[in-house]
Parts: sequence; structure tokens; C-alpha cells
Amino acid sequence: MDSATTPDAIHVLDDRTDQVWTKGSGKAFKCDTKSTAGSVTQRACAFCGSRVVLYPIADALHIVHGPIGCAVYNWDIRGALSSGSQLHRNSFSTDLAEKEVVFGGEQKLEKSLLELIEFYKPKAAFVYSTCIVGLIGDDVERICKSVSRKSGIDVIPVDSPGFKGTKKSGYQAACEAAFRLVGTGDTSDIKPYSINLLGEFNIAGEAWMIKEYFERIGIQVVATITGDGRVDDLRRCHGASLNLVQCSGSMTHLSKLLKQHYDIPSERVSFFGFEDTARAIYTAAEHFGDPELMERAQELVRTEIAKYAPQLKQYKKQLKGKKAALYVGGAFKAFSLVLALRALGMKTVLAGTQTGSAEDYEQLKEICDPGTVIVDDSNPLELAKFVLEKDVDLFIGGVKERPIAFKMGVAFCDHNHERKIPLAGFEGMLHFADEVARSACSPVWQFAPRRAQAKAFLDSASQSDFATESTTTEGGKA
Amino acid sequence: MLEGTTAEIRERKALRVNPAKTCQPIGAMYASLGVNKCMPHSHGSQGCCAYHRSHLTRHHKEPVVATTSSFTEGASVFGGLANLKTALNNIFSIYDPEVVSVHTTCLSEVIGDDIPMIIKKSIEDGIIPEGKTVIHANTPSFVGSHVTGFANQCKAFVDYFAESTGETKNVVNIFPGWVEPADMRELKRLADGVGVEYIMAPDTSDVLDSPLDGEYHMYPDGGVTVAELKATGDSFLSVGLGPLASTSAVESLEKKCKVPSKVLELPIGVQATDAFIDALRLAGDTSVPSEIEKERGRLVDMMSDMSQYTHGKKVAIFGDPDHLVSMVSFLVELGMVPAIVVTGTPGKKWEKKMKEIIDPVNEDCVIKAFSDIHYLHQWIKANPVDLLMGNTYGKFVAKTEDVPFVRFGFPIMDRVGHRAFPTVGYQGGMRILEKITDAFFDKRDREDPDHEIELVL
Ligand code: SF4
Ligand code: SF4
Repeated sequence: MDSATTPDAIHVLDDRTDQVWTKGSGKAFKCDTKSTAGSVTQRACAFCGSRVVLYPIADALHIVHGPIGCAVYNWDIRGALSSGSQLHRNSFSTDLAEKEVVFGGEQKLEKSLLELIEFYKPKAAFVYSTCIVGLIGDDVERICKSVSRKSGIDVIPVDSPGFKGTKKSGYQAACEAAFRLVGTGDTSDIKPYSINLLGEFNIAGEAWMIKEYFERIGIQVVATITGDGRVDDLRRCHGASLNLVQCSGSMTHLSKLLKQHYDIPSERVSFFGFEDTARAIYTAAEHFGDPELMERAQELVRTEIAKYAPQLKQYKKQLKGKKAALYVGGAFKAFSLVLALRALGMKTVLAGTQTGSAEDYEQLKEICDPGTVIVDDSNPLELAKFVLEKDVDLFIGGVKERPIAFKMGVAFCDHNHERKIPLAGFEGMLHFADEVARSACSPVWQFAPRRAQAKAFLDSASQSDFATESTTTEGGKA
Repeated sequence: MLEGTTAEIRERKALRVNPAKTCQPIGAMYASLGVNKCMPHSHGSQGCCAYHRSHLTRHHKEPVVATTSSFTEGASVFGGLANLKTALNNIFSIYDPEVVSVHTTCLSEVIGDDIPMIIKKSIEDGIIPEGKTVIHANTPSFVGSHVTGFANQCKAFVDYFAESTGETKNVVNIFPGWVEPADMRELKRLADGVGVEYIMAPDTSDVLDSPLDGEYHMYPDGGVTVAELKATGDSFLSVGLGPLASTSAVESLEKKCKVPSKVLELPIGVQATDAFIDALRLAGDTSVPSEIEKERGRLVDMMSDMSQYTHGKKVAIFGDPDHLVSMVSFLVELGMVPAIVVTGTPGKKWEKKMKEIIDPVNEDCVIKAFSDIHYLHQWIKANPVDLLMGNTYGKFVAKTEDVPFVRFGFPIMDRVGHRAFPTVGYQGGMRILEKITDAFFDKRDREDPDHEIELVL
């Protein structure tokens, strides 16, 4: 038996055939389901979804009510920067022990909360329940109420045990929890041209860059939710006139709640790539219907693109014709990536997400080239198979995919929330191009066997008669 | 980020702030990856499994595969029998492993799923192909820590596989404890050097430090094989390294197949490595080859060269119990002074053992099991130290307190060396010593005023 990924050794799990789709094949596509039992899914759980979405609220206390592991594995794993309080980067857990599993953990939770609130004086507290909490019968809602009374701050339960579903259902719970704060703050100094940035987590400082664009053209950003987030910003975010919602999924529900209760319209945007960033800024400007505002927006876009576009040229030269595969969390990110890669002269040959919805995949199909493979909730074998089959040069994914790509001698770019450099906005595009080029054009790949074989072939070819211009330019690049 | 930490120590029983341990299944998963063509399987919701895999990947910078029963709300009410059976069916038909190693999670433990019964049913129903095996370990995380999970998994290897044919072979079983793939490789090199035949179980070298060969192997070409695991029952001796990680396995083997056992500390530092080499030498009835003696000599030589810089330095250290016993012993050999030692894993006996090791050099050393990094930090604030040692999570304390920091233990998510260079054995000792003195010297070179910078150290 050969465990290597020669394409014919790979099967797609029977249950999964509808979750893999090739553009042009015409068959129906299935997604948004639970992972099949027994698959090596790349997905995380609902709790993880709520935890990562809320944790950038930096002046709140975030405590995980459950056994220790659930708290450890998401401890400060994302680079959601805060300009002030760093409280969110600590890990607090009730570390449930056998005794509590039998007799309940309510007391321990209450004591822990009171102690931590007294010590750290947070502005609010979020309590995340993990899978076993419901099972042992803890009434977390009641404890939160009681602690809230005693401590005088909002103590908010986040109801998203892992078994409820994928990260996506956790996002919903997170939105519900965050919404409990909304509407309790003073909005009197909020200007008419004001927005909230939803689904912006300030990874590597991205929120700061984006916020600056809007401030420059005269739009006030009331709250970035949740990047560099503050409890007080959430309290008054209902005073904004428009919500710009990024990153499909994570904050959609909050925008719906804000629409329902405060009649705030929302627009789905992306700040990835020149095109999408410009479009996002125009969308906001257009919303307020002020021609001067629009002029300022256009001026900003012109200035920024003039600043960075020339610098992109050198990367385009290096990257032209290279093939990329992407497997990311949300589908909206996938759209942006396909466009950005195209802007760099690259082709997307595989696109997949962990949590896309039917709608998302429709849109993804639209923008991809024919022959692009589209997958939902994939696993390493499947991904490896397609990467080899499609002879991919660059893989874009998260922590679990990085070493797989490297083993196959394929370059990698982290575009999930563990990334270390800002990829959003106009400037971000330059960072992205740089990161992609540095990985895709690294000299290390010449030692990767697959490349080494290709190179040997080309070398011998260049001595024989079928050496042509194009093989040498392409082959010389890697 | 730790600006909130105060020097005043608050004794907490109720909660963890910045934990110094994690949960059992990740240990079971790590151990299972050290078996050839074995698929670790997490019986619970998919989140746990994703977390454990990501965490191991962050530490090893390697692909880590494992499957999950993907519990839904239904499973948490009715039990996970159906999920596990479906999972096993899928795993064997798609991923084709030799062994599926099932470990529980908190959820399946609380529900009370009877795994052996489910395995039995799956065999009866023909879900498990001929010649393939499904094993299990119970790994409830509200008991013990990740090291407990590793130990439980090692014991499961014995309980499921070890067989005695009645004919004792001239082979030693080495249970390496929870050490890095590079450490396991080094232990094998030493055993080869001494000239004994051995079976190492588990063995994650060549699995979690596999070469880049242009392909993705779901089961890299490493790990102890099922045949070897069976044969452990015929060995004449088991050496378990690290009491917490290995005792239950070697004792179980002794009970099951009458293989005598010996438990040693992890061979870190001079004396602990001596003890390991000595045990191998006695077992193999050989003598220690001069090459290994020279290695020892080189370590001692380096220790003497550096003694003026290590002697009397106060150290704060946190990590896992087995690692700490050996590392702290080595620090004492280096003339350093352990000032506070913290583990997240519970263990009264461990505290006593640590005290015996440290008492001769520092009777006031604070030794705490079942504690956390926040506690350690508070203590350091009140009692400054010269060096901090521990896993990646220590870096914030090191930065806040401006203390030299040497990474050691699990997990290390921000450096690369641990996967390549061992810390066990005499060579490992040299590496640790290099790292410690580098940390001291780098700080001096960075911070000393120009006129005090010394060229020669
Ligand atoms: S539920 Fe238990 S096994 Fe799962 S991550 Fe949490 S502590 Fe670990
Ligand atoms: S699935 Fe449940 S138990 Fe596992 S990590 Fe998620 S919340 Fe914790």
C-alpha cells in the first residue's frame, strides 16, 4: 500500500463527492453541512468561532468555562492588535476538574468571575461555555446575572458549545452576545457621516489602516467590531449610519440585528486588493450621497494606488503565470483572493473554504476560471491530491495547510487570522505581493524533489532541440 | 500584555490564569503518531480534534492528521456509538491505516461512551478489516494533564498489542516518554552506540520531523510498527523514561508479559544520561564505547568552561513534571539555583521529589504543582531571577520582566530548533548549555554600555 498521494491512490469520501466541484462540470454542489464522521476535517468548532470573533474586545474579560484544553488552544493565537488594554491576550479558564463534572461547576465559575473582575477591573465579561458545560447542567445564564448584579458590570454568556456546529454557528452566538451591549452608550457626538466596520479584527494592525482611510475623507468610524475593540464602542455603535461588513459569515448576524433594531443599513465589503478596497470606500461614500465626499474618496483612491501600483510591477513580473490554490475560512475572502491573484498575473486553480454557504459558492463559481476546482470542508489528502494534479505553485491557507504545502515543495502564504503582516487596504496589496513572491520565488524550491525533477528535465530540454523561448522563461523562474 | 500582574501573590483555587498545562487527548494524539501507519481518532466533537492538530502543527511545523467522530447535539444526548462506527468505517475505507487509535474527549467521557464495547460491536459488524486494529485510551481532561494522556496512550499500546510467545528475546523495550522526535532519534543513536537491540515505543522520529520529498505522506515512514509492539512482550527488559509518562506502560507490560521493568528519569544532563547509558550497558552486557565517553567528556568540558557564568544564577522554570525533574537536576549540576519551579500538572509526589533535588542548593525554592504561569510571574515580580525557562508562553513574562529566556518543553511555537536538535543525552546537554549562556551573553551584548562590552567571554 502506498500512502503517498499519487492521484489515483486518492478517493474522495463517498459522502463528500457533492462537496467537490469542478467549474464546467455542471453538477450540483453541497456545502454548509456537518463534517462527515471519520474525515480528517480542517474545521474547528462553534466555540472556537465565537471565541476568536469576540476576543479582540480588549478591555473585556474573556473566560472559558470548561476543561483546560478548550481554553489553551485559542490562547492568543491570532494577532488581533490592541492599541490599549491587552487583557484579552491572557487566558482565563475555570479548568473544570472531576469534582465539578460530577457536582457542577457553577460555584467555581461564580468565584472565578468575581475574583477576576475585582482584580482586573474589566469593562465587561464574556463567559464561553464549552461542550461539557451543558451536559453537567450548569446554568451559566443565571451565574452571569448574579455576578453582574454583584460586580456592577455586564457579564455576558456566550452560548456556543462546540457540538452545535462549525465555527459559523459560533459566529452567530458571538453576535448575539456582542449585541447585548449595543444600545447602552451615548451617541450624541456621533457625526452624520459615520460607519461601523464589522468583521474587521485588526490582524497586524489592518483596522488602523482602514480606519485612517475613512477618517481622511471625513467619515467617522464609530466602532471596529471587534478589532482593537472596546466595550464602550460596542455600546454606542447603534449610533452609526452605516455598517460595512467584512469577511463573510462572522459578523453578518450582528449586522442583521443592527438593521432589525436600529434600522442601520449594511453593505458587504472587502478590503483586500486595490479593486475591492476602492469599491469599499466608494460604497460608503456613495451611501451618504455627498458629491464632495465622493470626490475626496476618489482622490484618496487615486493617491493610494499611485503610491503602490508602480511598486507592484516588479512582483507581477516574477509571478506571472504561476498557479495558486486557496483554502480559507470564509468564502468572501476567497473572492477577494481570486481577484488579487489575478491582479498579480496568477491563476487560481483550486478554491475552497471551510464554511462557505450555497450563495457564496455560487459567487465563487462566477468569478473563477473554467477548470478551477471548488471544494467545501476539505481534508489534507484531497487538498494534496489537487495541488499535485494541478501543479500548483502557491498554496494559500491556514496553520494546518502550511506544512502540507511545504512537504510537496509548494510555496505558501498564510491568509488566515494567524498571519503576521497586514494584507488589507492598498498598502496591504503590496505586502501580499511581497509575501507571495518571497515564498513562491524562494530558492529553496529548487531543492524540492518535484521542482528538481522539472528543472533537470528543462535543463536537458534546453540542450536538445525543443528548447523554446517560453520554456526557458517559465522554467528559469522557479 | 501582562501589565496587570502584581507582585502580591493571590492564592487561587478556583481558576487558571495563563495555564501551564493542557488537556489529555493531545498527549494521546502525539503518542499515537509514533506508531507506524496509525490514525489517531478523537471521539468527541470536531473542535477538540482540530485544536489538537493545530497545536501539534504549531509546535512541530509538520502536518498532523487525526480523525474525529464529529459529535452533534444528538450524539451528546444519545451517545456516540453511531458516530464512532460510521467514523471507523470511513477511516478504513478512505485512509487505510493499520491501526486506529481512539482517544476520548471530555464530552464522550461525560456521556460515558463505552469504547471497548463499541470496538467490539464494530468487529462483530465487520467494520474493521481483517488484520487491522482499533485500540483505545480514556483521556478525560478534567483529570491530570496532557502528559497523563500520553501515558494512558502508551499503556494502551501495551494492553492491546504486547504478546508473549514464551520465548524471551535479547531486546530491550525503550519507552522514551514525551520527548521530541529529535530526542527519540538521539536515544536510538545512543542505544545503537552501546550496542543493544531495542524497540522504541512510541517513536515519532521520521513521522514528525520528516524530510521534504515533494510529496505529502499521510503516514510518513516512521513510528514503531504493530509487529514491534507485539514483540515488546518477548523483550527481557523495559526501560521507561520519565516516570509520569512511562511508568504505567512498563508496569502494565510487566504484569501482562512478565517483562521486568525499570523506570528512569529522562536522560537530560550528566547524571540522568549516565543512568540511561548505564542501564543500557548493563542490559546489553557491553561496555560503553569510547565515542560516547568522549561525548560525556565534551559536555563536562563545556560545563567547566562556562561554570563562571552559570554558577549561582537564579532560575525560574515551568513545564511538565518529567521534564522538570531532569532539567532542574541538570541546572543544579551546572551550579545554578532553581528559585521557583511550576507545573500545571497536579502531583504531590512530584513536589516532594523536586524538593529533594533542590534542597541542597536552595531550601527556599518555591515548588508548585497544579499551578500556572500567572502565579510564576507574580512570584518573579517579587523575587527577580536571572533566567526563565519554559515553553513559548513564557515569552511574555520574560519580556515584561526583562529576563533572559530559554525555551524548553511543550509547546514551542515561535522557534525552530527543538525539532532538529535533541536536549537528551550528552549532546543535548551541550545544546541546553549553549542556549543558556547565549541568552546571558546576548543580553549583555545588547544592554552593556559601549565601554563595558567585552569581546572575549
Ligand atoms: S473538551 Fe476536553 S478534550 Fe476537548 S479541547 Fe477541551 S479539554 Fe481538550
Ligand atoms: S468541540 Fe467542544 S469540547 Fe471540543 S474544543 Fe470545541 S467547545 Fe471544547
